[in-house]
Amino acid sequence: MNLALAVFAAILLVAGLTLYAVLGGADFGTGAWDLLAGRGRRAERIRALLNSSMGPVWEANHVWLIFTLVVMWTAFPTAFASVMSTMYIPLFLAAFGIILRGSSYAFRPLARGTWFEWPSAVAFGVASIMTPFFLGTVIGGIAAGHVPLGNAEGNAVSAWWNATGIMVGVMAVVTGAYLAAIFAMADAHRRNEADLRAWFRVRGLVTGVLSGAVAVATLPVLAVDAPALFDDLVSGAGLFGVVPSFVLGGVTLWLVWDSQAARARWTAAGAVAAIAVGWALAQAPYLLPPAVTVEDAAAPSATLWALVVAAIVFVALVVPSLVLLFRLALNDTLAHGLPPADEEVAGV
Amino acid sequence: MNLIAARNLQALSLGFHIILVCFGVAFPAFVLTMEGLYLRTRDDLYRRIARRWTKAMAVLFAVGVVSGTILSFELGILWPGFMGKYGDVFGFAFALEGTAFFVEAIFVAIYIYGWDRLKERTHFLLGLPIPVAGLFGALFVISVNGWMNNPVGFDEANGVVSNIQPFQALFNAFFWHELVHMFLAAFMVAGFMTASVYAVAMLRGRRDRFAKVAMIVPLTIACLVAPVQLVVGDWAARTVTNDQPIKLAAIEGLGTTQSNAPWHLFGWYSDGEVHGGIAIPDMLSILAYHDPNATVQGLDSVPVSDQPQAINVIRFAFQAMILIGSGLAMLAILHLWVWWRRRRIIKGKWFLLAVGAAGPAAIVALESGWITTEVGRQPWIVYQYMRTADAVTNAGGIPVVWILLGVVYLGLGFGAIWALRRLAKSPEEPVTPTPLVGRPR
Repeated sequence: MNLALAVFAAILLVAGLTLYAVLGGADFGTGAWDLLAGRGRRAERIRALLNSSMGPVWEANHVWLIFTLVVMWTAFPTAFASVMSTMYIPLFLAAFGIILRGSSYAFRPLARGTWFEWPSAVAFGVASIMTPFFLGTVIGGIAAGHVPLGNAEGNAVSAWWNATGIMVGVMAVVTGAYLAAIFAMADAHRRNEADLRAWFRVRGLVTGVLSGAVAVATLPVLAVDAPALFDDLVSGAGLFGVVPSFVLGGVTLWLVWDSQAARARWTAAGAVAAIAVGWALAQAPYLLPPAVTVEDAAAPSATLWALVVAAIVFVALVVPSLVLLFRLALNDTLAHGLPPADEEVAGV
Repeated sequence: MNLIAARNLQALSLGFHIILVCFGVAFPAFVLTMEGLYLRTRDDLYRRIARRWTKAMAVLFAVGVVSGTILSFELGILWPGFMGKYGDVFGFAFALEGTAFFVEAIFVAIYIYGWDRLKERTHFLLGLPIPVAGLFGALFVISVNGWMNNPVGFDEANGVVSNIQPFQALFNAFFWHELVHMFLAAFMVAGFMTASVYAVAMLRGRRDRFAKVAMIVPLTIACLVAPVQLVVGDWAARTVTNDQPIKLAAIEGLGTTQSNAPWHLFGWYSDGEVHGGIAIPDMLSILAYHDPNATVQGLDSVPVSDQPQAINVIRFAFQAMILIGSGLAMLAILHLWVWWRRRRIIKGKWFLLAVGAAGPAAIVALESGWITTEVGRQPWIVYQYMRTADAVTNAGGIPVVWILLGVVYLGLGFGAIWALRRLAKSPEEPVTPTPLVGRPR
């Protein structure tokens, strides 16, 4: 019985991480494009579009991180304590990024036209890149077996600053930028902003190919660093995620090429979600490879049953609320206007 | 060194976040009150105030999301001994808290961005889940703090936790009074602080109806709460007397167990007694048991290693809370009396000065109360089960992190104040709804 409950808790954990990788990832990517948009009128329009799409959903998107942490410490408390204490450097850097990002986002509209405008814009962009990178290094470090059980038992630096950690960190940043570009392209398409759709289309294609390339490049690293994970990814349960991810990634490229933006949103999200799920399947049954399994690390049944209760409450309250929020966001009820395009200003 | 740095970092992060929690719990209720008044009276002034406050709510909520996320990181990074051993006992409360917080974040976003976009009534109704979710979020976090003070719902033998009962842990003996005390404190802090902003503006010569209404409504709400808080505080003190007698002894600096225990205002505790200050005979016995002859347990009833060390910090924090709380209650009764009899605010500059000071004072009282309960629980992180020193991380470098994050929090604090001040100076938005986005194809 406890095994079934432990697996249920692990599924919650993977679901939280996957949703964070997609929704939080796209949020971070939005910050990256904000930084890379450049200057001038079009850059202003790009930023306005990104801001209008992200504003209503960013807080909800980031609650998935808290969700993941809470499930982890309730269901797998010793593993949680081991990860957090060993990985304190990347986690503090990520925390620093989260503070910088959230506050610069909140203060930015008020900073317009002051000396603070430029620093807050840069802070937002930089934080949007560093936060997913460092969170990614934690996932990579765990997978490569660098977190032993106990209070800060792992090496504070080499546990995450290693080839696998860095590759996963890069992948988190690139897939986020990819999702953000596709989502923004879909928003621009829906709002009939042709110039912005074109801008994001090119970037969606480039980062899509780049995401695939980084994913492929990670494989030989894993073969050396985490051979068991590698085997499962290329010849085991991980294939249930890897294959759909590549198929959906390919379909997305075609849809983007064909300018079918609205559909591309879903396939791109699916491609990133599939890689996260595939990774989890490949790592199973280990929570902290190479030795600690999900079952070993699980809390007693009473706690896991309480988690089931909490999950039911969560599904009953949060899911309908979230559906409402995304519906209002995606039908532009909560959207804001953009500054006019060049040709409109010129009167063409 | 790690322990000191970790405790300071945690204190800083929580001390910062607790202010935002007050605004998260109470401020949306104020905004909705204004919007509700608008829907009832159709007086556009209420609508303008609600819109303006929504912007402040957005800034405060965003900063609160950030500082709250950091807290969940810190729990694991700084206190792996605590989380690893007891995470599964109280985790249920956090799981429910996460749910409440998620709901709050969703409806805050809909409310903020839904102005002029949703039908007026729909917008108001979609705002109502915010204070409810805020209350429940605070409730579950307080349940965990209550559990740290009154750990129940598990057995422990030879350092091994067993027989976990999550529901019993959730509804521990400290849960109820801590919840009510904090909930009322949230309304006092947010109410007095908001009123304080407009009182200062009025002192500087602003006399329009906007400022008056924006001051009176939150002030009156806070004033209705303030006298009740004295009663709840008494309830809290008596629960502490029963379940954490050493915390009560630390609050006074009572070195030895005695009947007819006095209570000292000010003074300085050292070597087992309070030197100087104004002694009020029997007062501690009355405070603790409502009986001047009652015997109160002293610090010496437990070994020195089980006593909190910072007795004077606890004493002064407690006294600051009591003095400010009583002062706010007096101000509240005066205001409510005049409002009830004459339907106007008290005339005179002194009243505006008092309201102007009440906001920051309420924040000081809030922090003091929290210091009293947290420092007073030391040396335990889980009362009589785990010492804070056994919970802390073995990782090096925490002092560096403390200094770095300290600077960041300082920046965040100044940033938030800067943003709110700038918001206050910015012109109001046009009343006409902005045109629909998107363009014809």
